[in-house]
Amino acid sequence: MATLTLNGRPVTLEVADDMPLLWAIRDYVGLTGTKFGCGTGLCGACTVHVDGEATRSCVTPIASVDGKDVTTIEGLSSAGDHPVQLAWVAEDAPQCGYCQSGQIMQAAALLADNPDPSDADIDQAMQGNICRCGTYNQIRAAIKHAAATKMAGRDGEEVSA
Amino acid sequence: MTTRRQFLKVSAAVGGGLLIGFRLGAPESARAASADGASSDGKAVFEPNAWVEMHADGRNILTISGSEMGQGAMTVIPMMIAEELDLPWADFDTRFAPADPVYANPVLGGQVTGGSATVRGFYNQLREVGASARELLMQAAANRWGVPLSELRTEPGVVVHTATGRQAEYRDLVADAAELEPPEEVFTKSPEEFRLIGQPTKRLDSPQKTTGQADFGIDARPGGVLKASIARCPVFGGTLKSVDASKARKAANVVDVIEMERGVAVLARDWWSADQARSMLSIEWDEGELADLDDAAIEAQFREGVQSGGKPARSEGRGAEALADGENTLEATYRVPYLAHTTMEPMNATASVHGDGVTVWVPTQAQGSVQQVAADVAGVSKDKVTVHTTFLGGGFGRRFETDFVREAVELSKQAGRPVQVIWSRPDDIRHDFYRPAAYNELAATLGDDGLPVAWVHRIAGPSIWSRVAPGMVKDGIDPAAVEGAADHPYQIENIDVSYAQVDPGIPVGFWRSVGHSQNAYVVESFLDELARKAGMDPVEYRRRLLKSDARERGVLDRVAEMADWGGKVPEGRARGVAVAKSFGSYCAEVAEVSIENGMPRVHRVWAAIDCGIAVNPAGVERQIHSGIAYGLTAALFGRISIKNGRVQQQNFNDYKALRMDQMPAVEVSIVDSGNAPGGVGEPGVPPIAPAVANALASLTGKPVRELPIELDGSA
Repeated sequence: MATLTLNGRPVTLEVADDMPLLWAIRDYVGLTGTKFGCGTGLCGACTVHVDGEATRSCVTPIASVDGKDVTTIEGLSSAGDHPVQLAWVAEDAPQCGYCQSGQIMQAAALLADNPDPSDADIDQAMQGNICRCGTYNQIRAAIKHAAATKMAGRDGEEVSA
Repeated sequence: MTTRRQFLKVSAAVGGGLLIGFRLGAPESARAASADGASSDGKAVFEPNAWVEMHADGRNILTISGSEMGQGAMTVIPMMIAEELDLPWADFDTRFAPADPVYANPVLGGQVTGGSATVRGFYNQLREVGASARELLMQAAANRWGVPLSELRTEPGVVVHTATGRQAEYRDLVADAAELEPPEEVFTKSPEEFRLIGQPTKRLDSPQKTTGQADFGIDARPGGVLKASIARCPVFGGTLKSVDASKARKAANVVDVIEMERGVAVLARDWWSADQARSMLSIEWDEGELADLDDAAIEAQFREGVQSGGKPARSEGRGAEALADGENTLEATYRVPYLAHTTMEPMNATASVHGDGVTVWVPTQAQGSVQQVAADVAGVSKDKVTVHTTFLGGGFGRRFETDFVREAVELSKQAGRPVQVIWSRPDDIRHDFYRPAAYNELAATLGDDGLPVAWVHRIAGPSIWSRVAPGMVKDGIDPAAVEGAADHPYQIENIDVSYAQVDPGIPVGFWRSVGHSQNAYVVESFLDELARKAGMDPVEYRRRLLKSDARERGVLDRVAEMADWGGKVPEGRARGVAVAKSFGSYCAEVAEVSIENGMPRVHRVWAAIDCGIAVNPAGVERQIHSGIAYGLTAALFGRISIKNGRVQQQNFNDYKALRMDQMPAVEVSIVDSGNAPGGVGEPGVPPIAPAVANALASLTGKPVRELPIELDGSA
């Protein structure tokens, strides 16, 4: 059992302590934007934010996020208008789209830490997220696009990451 | 305007006469529902064919008659319809087609998405779909205004009377149009009139796919659904002998354990609980006949196949006899392994067997097969099976298969409630229908000018069509095993290509670009070996062997220009080139490669594609990136190995995929040949492995004769 803040709302999940956060979110909360890809933290499709850190939810026991703040793709913005989401659309990045929730959550965490990442920073941050459609060049362009947007709009409140 | 329009049958003839026997039907389900031309709320609905539905309130719905697996069907299908319907972009909603023969892809002959055929298959048909709907809307306006049809034209969303400037919006015409009979003949635009086709167009599904709202198969949630994880015999062909499920049955959240012919399923309230309990099953398998099979045994079978002589796939001139015509002969053996597809979304299907039939939610490339399999397993007629196609988290040919559908229907039937079967990643990698392994022996003799006078290529490997549609195999030749090898475009006087079908028992299936995935590698790498032996430039070597009007030359010349072939290459790097025709398109790629830490590093790729008319150039470009990534993954890492009848790999640690830091910069150029559309989903794949292999051979002086590429210490 765990009580956490999920996308800004308190949630209590009465499931086994070792159930991965991924399956608690998908099968008990019913949020399906976070994807199952490998089950062992190798592909990044299940990436969510735990207290702002990009985290592989498929290998994160629910008990370990008790009391923490979890954000999924559904909670990244209220209207799909987080700069990273907008950049993804602008750069026409998705193909099949299955990995993109994880890619976007990973990229949003990167940009929250590092508003102007270099190519090497992007490689470093994103290499845990596999895309079998090979959208990597579009993802790279979208991250730079989002960085430019965030820099340009940096006059007040930082958009939540 | 109509004077500049061409009668569609003219353009259809240019495009290969694909419209013969074609009928613009409504799906059976829709015909029943709207036989009175009204929607459920009593308002008029204009539904002139199985793709277009227009309402008086301005709502338009287009049906997507191909699965969306990343290749852009959901965007490019509406482009073709809306072009001719003159519908404002993107003033419509979309829905995925139900299973219905009316949605058969004209070049594939079934409701199947694959073979890079969404555009080339539907190009004529969907333009006629749009044009006929537009014509009815114009007729409705002509009737209302009492003017001849010929005086009317359309602008996006509006019928216009040219002489008076009088206008009517489509929404105001749909009620009248719904009363009219579809025209016998329609006119479509000539390419210079295109407003949408040819424009780089952004995907329509990006908003859903960036907010977690896009529903994939794994996201299906029918009420009362149980989640299933299935233990299958690790040896191909093995069956269940016995199982002790007592521990699993007691595990938390487990609802049922069901024995199947080839496995044991654990059903639980959530998938993780089902999968955990699966590991508590104590199972004894009858491993069957393949329990001792391994890679060495498979290779021995392949060698024997080549040695015992295959069937001729192409014979020209004096064939192998001509190898003795000169002294300058080269022989080589090329090998490629079995490959898994590893779509990002693991295999899954959700089924509900109920009193009225079966409902299936599934990411599939083959709705017709899904319907048939579900009907067979549930013991109902096909018309009692409803297929909901979801988004596909990748297809690559794996989702032509219906093994996962069969499982879900069987379990729902037994459990008496909806069941969702989800495969773990190891399940996905170990129970695939693999890209066939292949063993190739090649020999060529060069003439005095350095060009080959004899080319001999003996192929041994499994046959896909023998399982899928045996009628496709003629005189011992599976076309999928020899494509790209038997029909290579190089002008050589004596050619002998043969194929020996050898089936070690590992299931094989269609894998992105199918036979081209290995044969382009073999042919283009061996050709580079010959060029090197002759001391000639590989681009020039190919040009001299291609007919002057070969479309391969167009892409080869373009890619050489893009890459400044022959120009300066950064220190420590080398470039390789390859060209291949597949699925109606021609693609040439140049790869710039170095060696870092004993591994190839691909820095840049230039690609030129001639896919005829590029309906969505943005989509074409992305599919080439995608094909390069997919082919590069296989070239650098892909190997399914077999020991004791089992697949040795199980996840992305030992069956690797290309990652962000390994993706080359890619530059794509579309060669406008003005031809009818060709495919784009697959043609980017075949040239990349040989382009990289040829670059490495250039760097190391050693040909790369086996995939995945392994550089030895001397490199």
